[in-house]
Amino acid sequence: MEEINSLMHGFAVALTPMNLGLMMVGIILGVLIGVLPGLGGANGVAILLPLTFAMGNTPAGQVSAIILLSCIYWGALFGGAITSILFNIPGEPWSVATTFDGYPMAQQGKAGEALTAAFTSSFVGAFIAVLMITFLAPLVAKFALRFGPPEFFAVYLLTFCSFVGMTKSPPMKTVAAMMLGFALAAVGLDTVTGQLRLTFGFTELLKGFDFLIAVIGLFGIGEILLTIEEGLDFKGMTGKMKMKVVLETWKELPKYWKTSLRSSVIGCWMGITPGGATPASFMGYGVAKKFSPTGANFGKGEIEGVIAPETAAHAAGTSALLPMLTLGIPGSPTAAVLLGGLLVWGLQPGPMLFEEKKDFVWGLIASMYLGNIAGLIVVLTTVPFFAAILRIPFSIIAPVILVICAIGAFTVHSSMFDVWLMVVFGVIGYVFKKLDYPLAPLVLALVLGDRAEDAFRQSMLASQGTVTIFFSNPLVGSITTLALLMLFWAPLSSVIKRVRR
Amino acid sequence: MHKTQKSFTSKFGRNILSAAVGAVVAFGTGFAAVGSAWEPTKSVEFVVPAGTGGGADQMARFIQGVVTKHNLMKQSLIVVNKSGGAGAEGFLDVKGAAKDPHKIIITLSNLFTTPLATGIPFNWKDLTPVQMLALDQFVLWVNADTPYKTAKEYTTAVKAAGPNKFKMGGTGSKQEDQIITVAIEKLTGDKFIYIPYKGGGEVAVQLVGKHVDSTVNNPIEAVEQWRAGKLRALCVFDDKVMPYKAKVTATLSWSDIPPCKTQGMDVDYQMLRGIFMPGGVTKEQVAFYIELFKKIQATPDWKEFMEKGAFDSTTLTGDEFVKWLTKEEQRHQSLMSEAGFLAKK
Repeated sequence: MEEINSLMHGFAVALTPMNLGLMMVGIILGVLIGVLPGLGGANGVAILLPLTFAMGNTPAGQVSAIILLSCIYWGALFGGAITSILFNIPGEPWSVATTFDGYPMAQQGKAGEALTAAFTSSFVGAFIAVLMITFLAPLVAKFALRFGPPEFFAVYLLTFCSFVGMTKSPPMKTVAAMMLGFALAAVGLDTVTGQLRLTFGFTELLKGFDFLIAVIGLFGIGEILLTIEEGLDFKGMTGKMKMKVVLETWKELPKYWKTSLRSSVIGCWMGITPGGATPASFMGYGVAKKFSPTGANFGKGEIEGVIAPETAAHAAGTSALLPMLTLGIPGSPTAAVLLGGLLVWGLQPGPMLFEEKKDFVWGLIASMYLGNIAGLIVVLTTVPFFAAILRIPFSIIAPVILVICAIGAFTVHSSMFDVWLMVVFGVIGYVFKKLDYPLAPLVLALVLGDRAEDAFRQSMLASQGTVTIFFSNPLVGSITTLALLMLFWAPLSSVIKRVRR
Repeated sequence: MHKTQKSFTSKFGRNILSAAVGAVVAFGTGFAAVGSAWEPTKSVEFVVPAGTGGGADQMARFIQGVVTKHNLMKQSLIVVNKSGGAGAEGFLDVKGAAKDPHKIIITLSNLFTTPLATGIPFNWKDLTPVQMLALDQFVLWVNADTPYKTAKEYTTAVKAAGPNKFKMGGTGSKQEDQIITVAIEKLTGDKFIYIPYKGGGEVAVQLVGKHVDSTVNNPIEAVEQWRAGKLRALCVFDDKVMPYKAKVTATLSWSDIPPCKTQGMDVDYQMLRGIFMPGGVTKEQVAFYIELFKKIQATPDWKEFMEKGAFDSTTLTGDEFVKWLTKEEQRHQSLMSEAGFLAKK
């Protein structure tokens, strides 16, 4: 058991009072960053990166520096769930799926339960992912190498397919929202031809539509407009302010171990490939809805609908660090910024890192265990506090949310144009909600649309236009088949039932 | 927790001390003798016209780190990625900030290729050239499991297979990687399938996973995979061998990679890593940055970075730099028009 020895050595490296202190600082900063929509883990880590340059001179300092930064990352992952549940405003794209059941729970006065479930399942997902990193790192790195453009496209297809029929809206409305998302995702530079598309000569449109702006506008501003119309009456004001709620929720959670396990597997897989936390959370939610006995109630405030996406998102967010360390390709934007940090400290991520910098790698892995435990303790103690925010009258909290949303939209690219764009998206979000169109498919298509398109066209280039490339090997073939099964599951199952009769 | 804070404050104290010492030394050596030497009065925005994690971004963040570590500037340097439209977003941003001395931009070949391929209203003459920091090399890589030991063996195999059989992976479309690919095709008569990806690191990993047959990655993008024995370097697209003789892999150093010219593939291409300011800034302001980068290049960290990435550490400033840029712009114009990459007017 060489890994266990290495890990124990890692704990010895990571467990100094200084590092534990940095861990706490990192987690708290991270939670704050995660709560502010738009600021996000990637920006937060980038802003604080220069702080660590002076630390990275010694091997021990390098470990401290990565602990500080990765704890900000864990904290931001935890924090993203808070505003999704309380205000229906996802702080990060991977928290969108958490709003589906988290927000209804908060409206029913169960904000404490929802937050506890979200935080705990985040912890479970991350923990399983760290276990996998500890014991399977070399194997997993090899698996990641098998992913070329057709495999990536198959994974995105699976995400989209498992999503259709997931929301309550009619399938055609879901498809319409998704198509709008694809259209928005197409704006900007086309990777494959190197040409600008749909920019109409506006320099502001060169960079395309950022999903963070869209998420803040569609959900945040849209929700506030809706609430204002309904008469300034904020639902869910009965948030209880007791620590007991944490323990009560914990008693419930073991019932859903199957969902947690499924979501963890999905999350680890998406983090490694690297599909990322956003598809993982949506896929986790969709799969849980299909398999759960209470699947029909999803969207009305089922605790399982909070557990599934949160577990998957965290498992993905954590395992996304593995391809960064072993291959040098970041699995998420935050991982990309961390990658920059490693380079500044004189560490070159890649296959040799595990061989040559054992102290650093195992110190980091040990800090993942410690950081997540520390993170869980920190965020759970804040549950009553955050749940109590809902008691503040809407007339006070709404302007605060508006200001935070505007700041969030501005920070993404430091551009005033984005703030106006956010307002436009807010109006669109309001109209969508009024007409009962689902917002999530739009966001999903905006986040993954251009990546799916790139992967598809790269595959077509490689195969010279033959679609059978999506069935050309067992791996891509089985993912594609699974995707098609997911898409046609509802009609198929009804046919099967009829045949049996 | 308490201990952390204490060590932070003591570090901070030391920084002030060393800054003070530095200022005194600078005074003594006549740096301040110019009299009214310009200096940034607020933090400086360092624009990267490319995404996070790429070559330009790595260099910019590295520079930011060196400046902080050695206290080379009183104000802080803030790296901002403006990658939209193959860097057009960044270039237009700096173009629009004329006379603002608190903004600098690091460029790559997209300084020339982006306006030519997309037709956006930008030319490098809209900016003030400050300094060429280095030139980035390009190397022809194949997977180490393939039988090709030399560039010649590889091109022979490509030719034998016929057109559109071998896949060349590269960063972006109608940019440096594809320009080199087209130049190879012109010379050898081969025809590759060119597959564009978003970033250089991704391209190297795709080659390790055998999803493409070859790449023209920059050394820094592929060095770790090379050291791990996953990739094989066939030749460098330069007319001379690289000067770095220290062993990188178990048996090879950068200087062991032959120039492509000697392999019957006369393609010579390097990529600019240069610094520019917005138009309309004063001479004193440019002088400050030239001096700053001189100090950066004198640090041991910089030398180590150059060697790790096997950069050509040629530096040019002033008229020589402008001359080089003019020549290079014409070269890109002709390379891209031959390849049919120019934007339709």
